[in-house]
Amino acid sequence: MYSVILSTASRYLLILLLLFSVFLLLRGHNEPGGGFVGGLVAAAACALYFIANGLEAARKIVFFDPLRIAALGLLLAAASALPSLLLGNPFMTAVWIDTGIAPLGKVGTPLLFDLGVYFLVLGVTLTIIFSLAAEDRRS
Amino acid sequence: MLSLLVTGFLASALAPVLYRRFRENFGWIAVIFPLFMFFGFLSRYPEVAAGEVIRESVPWVPSLGVNFSFLLDGLSLTFALIITLVGAAVFLYAGAYMKHYANTGRFFLSIGVFMTSMLGLVLSDNMLLMFVFWELTGISSFLLIGFDHRKESARRAALQALLVTGGGGLALLAGTILLHRVTGSVEISSFYGMSGIITSHALYPAIAILLLFAAFTKSAQFPFHFWLPNAMEAPAPVSAYLHSATMVKAGIYLIARMNHEIGGTPLWQDTVLIAGTATMLFAALLAFGQTDLKKLLAYSTLSVLGTLVMLLGIGSELAVKAFFIYLIAHSLYKGTLFLVAGTLDHETGARDVMKLGGLRRAMPVTAVTAALASFSMMGIIPLVGFIGKETVYKAILELEYWGVFLIAAAVAANAFIVMITLFVGFKPFWGETLLTPRPPGEAPLKMLIGPALLAVLGLLFGLFPGVFIAVMLQQSALSILSETLSLKISIWQGFNLVLLLSFVTLLLGGVLFLVRSRMPERLLALRAPALLKPSAWYEGSLRLLSSLARLQTRLLQNGYLRNYIIVIVVTAISLASFALYRSAGRFVLEPAVAVTFYEVALAFIIVVSTVLLITSKSRLKSIVALGVLGFSIGIIFVIYGAPDVALTTFAIETLNVILFVLVLYRLPRFLKLSRSSNRVRDSLIAGGVGVFMTLIVLYATSFELSPELKRFFAAASLPEGKGRNIVNVILVDFRALDTLGEMTVLAIAAVGIFAMLKLRTRGRA
Repeated sequence: MYSVILSTASRYLLILLLLFSVFLLLRGHNEPGGGFVGGLVAAAACALYFIANGLEAARKIVFFDPLRIAALGLLLAAASALPSLLLGNPFMTAVWIDTGIAPLGKVGTPLLFDLGVYFLVLGVTLTIIFSLAAEDRRS
Repeated sequence: MLSLLVTGFLASALAPVLYRRFRENFGWIAVIFPLFMFFGFLSRYPEVAAGEVIRESVPWVPSLGVNFSFLLDGLSLTFALIITLVGAAVFLYAGAYMKHYANTGRFFLSIGVFMTSMLGLVLSDNMLLMFVFWELTGISSFLLIGFDHRKESARRAALQALLVTGGGGLALLAGTILLHRVTGSVEISSFYGMSGIITSHALYPAIAILLLFAAFTKSAQFPFHFWLPNAMEAPAPVSAYLHSATMVKAGIYLIARMNHEIGGTPLWQDTVLIAGTATMLFAALLAFGQTDLKKLLAYSTLSVLGTLVMLLGIGSELAVKAFFIYLIAHSLYKGTLFLVAGTLDHETGARDVMKLGGLRRAMPVTAVTAALASFSMMGIIPLVGFIGKETVYKAILELEYWGVFLIAAAVAANAFIVMITLFVGFKPFWGETLLTPRPPGEAPLKMLIGPALLAVLGLLFGLFPGVFIAVMLQQSALSILSETLSLKISIWQGFNLVLLLSFVTLLLGGVLFLVRSRMPERLLALRAPALLKPSAWYEGSLRLLSSLARLQTRLLQNGYLRNYIIVIVVTAISLASFALYRSAGRFVLEPAVAVTFYEVALAFIIVVSTVLLITSKSRLKSIVALGVLGFSIGIIFVIYGAPDVALTTFAIETLNVILFVLVLYRLPRFLKLSRSSNRVRDSLIAGGVGVFMTLIVLYATSFELSPELKRFFAAASLPEGKGRNIVNVILVDFRALDTLGEMTVLAIAAVGIFAMLKLRTRGRA
């Protein structure tokens, strides 16, 4: 069931939703939001695109293998623990750097960690959706 | 010593790369590695001989008392020298022997790892470190026995060896933990002088039995002996190295090392004595029916291991002396003979002694080497084996009560060993020439040097026992008995009872050889009933284990999703209900806050959508009802001021509906498939879960939650976590490790779903 309206709308919505998801991710530290919700919203955006335009198009938009995105997320989260180890602090102690640039503010390993959560949730959800969809088409 | 071991592991890792580069002459390159180690240890010989004990310690996990602490005394130096020297012979030999195998690079990797971990084992002063190396030797042995992994028998033998010795390894760990409870330390050198405390402690029997279990499995003592003959599936260099000269002596090393602090009690000495004697005798008897070169040698190895254990069980000065000489002698001659057996197999294509004969002309050097080692094995003057056997007999004769029985057993066992030697070391080379599958020829130089070197050393040690053995014996005795010996070693002790016994042994062995050569094969077809064979017990327990696993899988994981859910839910509820029941008195059933209009409305929507969800005849309607349900719950979160949770709930509900559509889209029509009895059961379970969750919530709200946590997080969130959103700061900073764990679970689940769907489709296609 192909709908021109949905298909056209999804293209703009995809960008908007993705931006929104990044917004959620970044503001998560101070306001409601965070990597988990951000990842879910991003996944929902891709899912919407998939519903409107089909699996192949969605795969092309995502570009990377979703399982690799999930792996990347896990890697980022694990990597965020390394600075604490190198500094000799207890495992996973946060390390912050004050950039001094106003819009950036302080940047620290928790941001990296949250980014990891974001990618992991996105990757896992898309893995599930795409695998199910592929299975669906096959039968 | 740590750097030496690290070098060892690194060198092993390089082996496959180097092998690819220098395939032809790899033996000459590989031999550098053990030789380097050998001379490294030999350079410490003067210090150790002077009575010095070299220690070295680098912290690893100091909070758990696990350190890279090493101890180089007479006992460990002797073992280290044996390991590296036999290693050198074997590495060179394997360079030629393994040429026709696939994955030879990997072979050298495994055997290099083995040598390094075996060195680590004998050098460790820390028992937990020793455990690590103990298991590493077991794993490399597994890889080497199963090296020809296309053969089913090799895989089975490898697994058997791993399970038996691995089980022993766990016992070693358990024993170490108990020892730590008693002494507060896992450093072997700190046990010195604590013998009284340990042996009088209530945990002592458990410690002793666990450590002996570990030693007996590793050193293949009765009734755990069966894995060793099966391990002969490994290539000949492996049998020579791991399964005669070094690894199987690890258990004996453990007994010797532990002897002075844990030994001396009737429990320890008697168990060791009985197990050793039983192994010595039975293994020798079992060898009688064998005709395979390597199996024959394996049973003789078992018998010798038994003898060594028995000597430790006797535990007198003389016994320790005999133990030490016999240990060295055995490593030298048995390593040689295994390599000779490999050469015979390699050059003629046959391993059955009945099919080999008269090869001395075709393989003169091998024949002489074999003869030299055989003389040592039979205990003929002037080889080191002779001194070994003489001392063994003398140590036994010293005993008052058991002396007569033990000497009879020892003479019988040694007679069988003489028979084995005649079959392995002489029969293939002398007598009439038999036709072999391949025309025989002398082995390449690389395969001659190693065995010949070991055999000649056996002769030199016999001729000059005062040079190395006597010195090391003094130092080792210090470690085993913590006292110095007042004994001299000499090869000629004059005409006495012991010499007479030696002659009797040789004579008996010769008679056995003649009897066995002329015996009709069908007499040998007689087999012991399975019930008496420990290997049958092993098979039986494995079968029991797998049938237990099958039963449990059938009960709990039968492939029906509803069954999994029932099992999980019912287990959780029953366990938690019990806890809830015990604190039933503390319920407060009044609503804590006034109910607003929104809440009533939401509750109404939730109830209606639930009823719709259950009764609906259309699948799509059910999904929509479920979505409504989820969103209503999300709104409740909004009302109670948890925007974070609400946001997440909304996102999840949205995706949930998408997923459900994807899955349900392709299911068969929505039919009533389950029987009404099932439906009653399911509704009971579902109702139970609902009631239970309600109770939990009521229970949780009837307490004033500790405000400290809330206060801490509220106060620490901004200054320490640099964020105002407490939930998120907790997730990504304060409790980031938990989150990381959950992320891992999520990723694994995704991989699982991916694999399940892909494999299913491939299986169908």
